[in-house]
Amino acid sequence: MKRFRIRRGQRAGILFVLPSLLGVAWFLLLPFLDVVARSFLGAVNGEWVGISNYQTIFSNEAFRLAAGNTVKFAVVCIPLLIVISLLISVGLTHFGRKLGFLKSAFLLPMAIPVASVALIWRLLFHSQGIVNGLMEQLGGNPVDWMNSPAAFWVLVLTYLWKNVGYDVILWMAGLSAIPYSIYEAAEVDGAGSWKCFTKITLPNLKPTLYTITVLSFLNSFKVFREAYLVGGAYPHDSMYLMQHLFNNWYRDLSMDKMAAAAVVVAVVIFLVMLCFQRIWARED
Amino acid sequence: MGKKVLIAGALTALGFVICYPVIYLISGSFMGNGELGEGLSPILKNGGGFVAWHVIPLFPTLKNFVELLLDSPEFFVMFWNSVKITAGVLAGQLILGAPAAWGFAKYRFPGRKLLFGLYVLLMILPFQVMMLSQYLVLDELHLLNTHLGIILPAVFSTFPVFIMVRFFDGVPDQILESAKIDGAGAFQIFWSIGLPLGAGGIISALVLSFLEYWNLVEQPLTFLKDPALWPLSLYLPNIDLNDAGIAFTSSVVTLIPAVLVFFCGQEYLEQGIVASAVKE
Repeated sequence: MKRFRIRRGQRAGILFVLPSLLGVAWFLLLPFLDVVARSFLGAVNGEWVGISNYQTIFSNEAFRLAAGNTVKFAVVCIPLLIVISLLISVGLTHFGRKLGFLKSAFLLPMAIPVASVALIWRLLFHSQGIVNGLMEQLGGNPVDWMNSPAAFWVLVLTYLWKNVGYDVILWMAGLSAIPYSIYEAAEVDGAGSWKCFTKITLPNLKPTLYTITVLSFLNSFKVFREAYLVGGAYPHDSMYLMQHLFNNWYRDLSMDKMAAAAVVVAVVIFLVMLCFQRIWARED
Repeated sequence: MGKKVLIAGALTALGFVICYPVIYLISGSFMGNGELGEGLSPILKNGGGFVAWHVIPLFPTLKNFVELLLDSPEFFVMFWNSVKITAGVLAGQLILGAPAAWGFAKYRFPGRKLLFGLYVLLMILPFQVMMLSQYLVLDELHLLNTHLGIILPAVFSTFPVFIMVRFFDGVPDQILESAKIDGAGAFQIFWSIGLPLGAGGIISALVLSFLEYWNLVEQPLTFLKDPALWPLSLYLPNIDLNDAGIAFTSSVVTLIPAVLVFFCGQEYLEQGIVASAVKE
């Protein structure tokens, strides 16, 4: 009798989940499965074409450019962001509450609407903008930021600016979980601050590193907003991202290419996540 | 001791540099068109030299704010569009997401693990992957070029559910057990114990969502053809710099709700960020 009641009680959980689940299935899951199916069909007549859509996109130059830029962006940005935010959070943790307001300062860009950012960026990075004015005063040569390969680095800077606070919060949560007694014991044993950092802090932050890597990777897909608002629909080649390509295909109604590329991006993301998981699982 | 001062100084300087763009924005909104036109002349007229900028305006004025608030009907339309979309998404996420999170956190029904795994998978897919599928659904439901077409898919975003599950997990089972013994029903327990004790998580999820949807670019850009339906985030960048006064002022007005939510909800924002950590 009791057993039955517990099982029935547990089933009520489905009722709580159901409304959300129906929407998720209808708006996200089923349409995505539809896209997977379409990636194997021709655009015009809907006939089975096998992997020919995939062959098309992989030989498409715009796809290669966008994929290359997107990968390059992730490879450059994520390690930079992780190291910079770690340094900041170690610094901030040392001062405790005294520099608490700085945490807000680092987090603030997260709240600044991209559209407002775009306006400032136009002033800062115009070929006759504020940054170039500063550079000339300091004796450097002006750079045409938005119309040269430098555009890529403007995008990197934007990503770092926007996400550093997010990662600082995560690092600080990780740091605060390390018991203070370990440091005290190490100090008694005569360990210096550098030794404490490499032998205690870093090893203890390994789980945090995992979450930060994953989240920074996922956030790196959101940088299109900045790229679009600063560079428009057709920015310099160096910041032409996957999302730009999808937008162009969408305008041309190239559903077959979009379907195949969506599947490729999804698979790559899953593989990368799986890799992260494997690496961490092995180290533990 | 000297080293400590150096680190504090470096951190403060960095924090200042990070906030500096906002200072630019605010100072620009208080400048008259004359001062802006002069400062921006290298960009506007392709003249020589570089943009000159006084962080404290030489001739501070509220003229732009007055003009924007009294004389720019299109700005209000866009502002209202942003409010409508954001409010609709948040309300939907609250009404449908919170119960779902409660179900995932506190019940062990068959298929729970599988379904929750599915939610996590869908959470990590970026818009570019879901773009075509969303188009197909919206086309089928005739929701293209409507606000509802932007709101509905966002309501079913699985990220807020994920955040709320993290917080509901922390509600102690003993309380629920004793409520059950006292004869409380499943919904009553959710309503009078789950919601109050998980309020922090719900607010965290909503703060993160607000910052996301107040800022929406990709979805309206793709699915809203009619510019009269656009939210602020699409309208602002299209203001000609010749109207720099209006561009700056509307940027600041767009900024205000986001910054208010940020400062009022910073604690929840931080908790939400920590909860967003994917540990599985």
